[in-house]
Amino acid sequence: MILNFRNVYLDNASTVCGPYEAKGPLSKNFDKKYTDDLYCKEKSFEKAEIRLLEDSIKILLKKTKLTSKDIDLVIAGDLLNQITSSCYGALNLKSPFLGIYTACATSIEGLLIGATFIDSGKVNNALISCSSHNMSSEKQFRNPTEYGSPKPMTATFTATGGASALLSNKPSKIRVVNGLIGTIVDFNQKDAFNMGAAMAPAAADTLYKYLTETNTKPSDYDLILTGDLGKYGKEILKDLMLNEYNIDLSKNYNDCGTMLYDLEEQKEVMAGGSGPVCSALVNYSTIIKDLMNNKYKKVLLIATGALFSPIMLYQKENILSIANLICLEAI
Amino acid sequence: MTNRKYEALVKKHTPKENKVKYAVTAFLVGGLMGLFGEALIRIYIMLFDVSRNDASTYMIITFIFVASLFTALGFFDKLVAKAKAGLLIPITGFAHSMTSAALDYKNEGPIFGVGSNVFKLAGSVIFYGVVSAWFFGLIRYIWEVLS
Repeated sequence: MILNFRNVYLDNASTVCGPYEAKGPLSKNFDKKYTDDLYCKEKSFEKAEIRLLEDSIKILLKKTKLTSKDIDLVIAGDLLNQITSSCYGALNLKSPFLGIYTACATSIEGLLIGATFIDSGKVNNALISCSSHNMSSEKQFRNPTEYGSPKPMTATFTATGGASALLSNKPSKIRVVNGLIGTIVDFNQKDAFNMGAAMAPAAADTLYKYLTETNTKPSDYDLILTGDLGKYGKEILKDLMLNEYNIDLSKNYNDCGTMLYDLEEQKEVMAGGSGPVCSALVNYSTIIKDLMNNKYKKVLLIATGALFSPIMLYQKENILSIANLICLEAI
Repeated sequence: MTNRKYEALVKKHTPKENKVKYAVTAFLVGGLMGLFGEALIRIYIMLFDVSRNDASTYMIITFIFVASLFTALGFFDKLVAKAKAGLLIPITGFAHSMTSAALDYKNEGPIFGVGSNVFKLAGSVIFYGVVSAWFFGLIRYIWEVLS
């Protein structure tokens, strides 16, 4: 079901990144960069992630000239157990808080919830945040961070950063048009080093439903962007859309995971970026700027999330996935 | 789309890993480690006038120390990424798995952090090592009793 919004605007956004992202092609667009320290001046990787989220909130408040008292609702999520970074990172705001989780689809889930709250008139604005940290995720989901076991080429690299956006009912340059909440899909995927393959069917499912229900086609949008399918997942999605639904994505489609890093130069990222902040870093730093400058008129942002639990994988269950979609328009 | 059809699509877009190259790298690096080990044993025998058995223990201790030090200095993982299994399978990999886990959990304190997580990766090796040692010991015992 399409969620139509009449009176919701994306006021501004902020991005803070770690060393690997700072070396990437979008580096100049980020508001703050920790260029050489993965610990971000903190004692642990978890605390570093909290700091990244906190920094992004502070920068956003400064940009929008608001104080924490002006924020009606904070919605945040991340990858760590108990969405730790979001809770600790939002503590100092002292604003009503909603914690959310759909792995790497979290940023758009937050935007959809925030937009719905604003559209219903319950709140005037909502601050949407997310974060991820390469090392804290490696520690939680995979091997110890210093272990560095060899990975296959399809593996993706969790992005390090914090990103926030402010939605408001006050008109600004970007309008939130509509969106679609994804459904959970299961395509029998069991390879934790090929998340692109696990998430591509979710992206296809959401995008197809959206295009059908809105009766539009890809060429009606200046850009269609998925979250973190990576180099190979991106090709799977294009192939899947063409073969299954006869929808051609070859002209105006891209994936944030392949944009955040220079895949030729930064070999350590393998197939590209991932993590909740991967799509948020690209969307909030670059796409929003392009919308504000009228380079793009209308874009579809699809955040893809692998609802991956190491425990369920060890119990021989599949990796589930979901994709949330939002449509933004420059006015 | 059926799961089987999707599986074929995934396969089509999954790059082929250069397994031969990885195997050759691991073989060469692993072999080189063996060579180093043998050289160390000979040096220890000459220097300290010890038996070959004692010298190989010294060699193992040296390998464990160097691997752990390199892990702590933060570049062993980069070597592993290049040398693949050549560094992970020898004793260096075992030491590295413990040191890297210990480093990861130092912030959670000595009991709930380092103590309970240091064997996160190495635990399986030790556990199944002990179980199989018991099992093969039993077989050997029965064999000797019978003959």
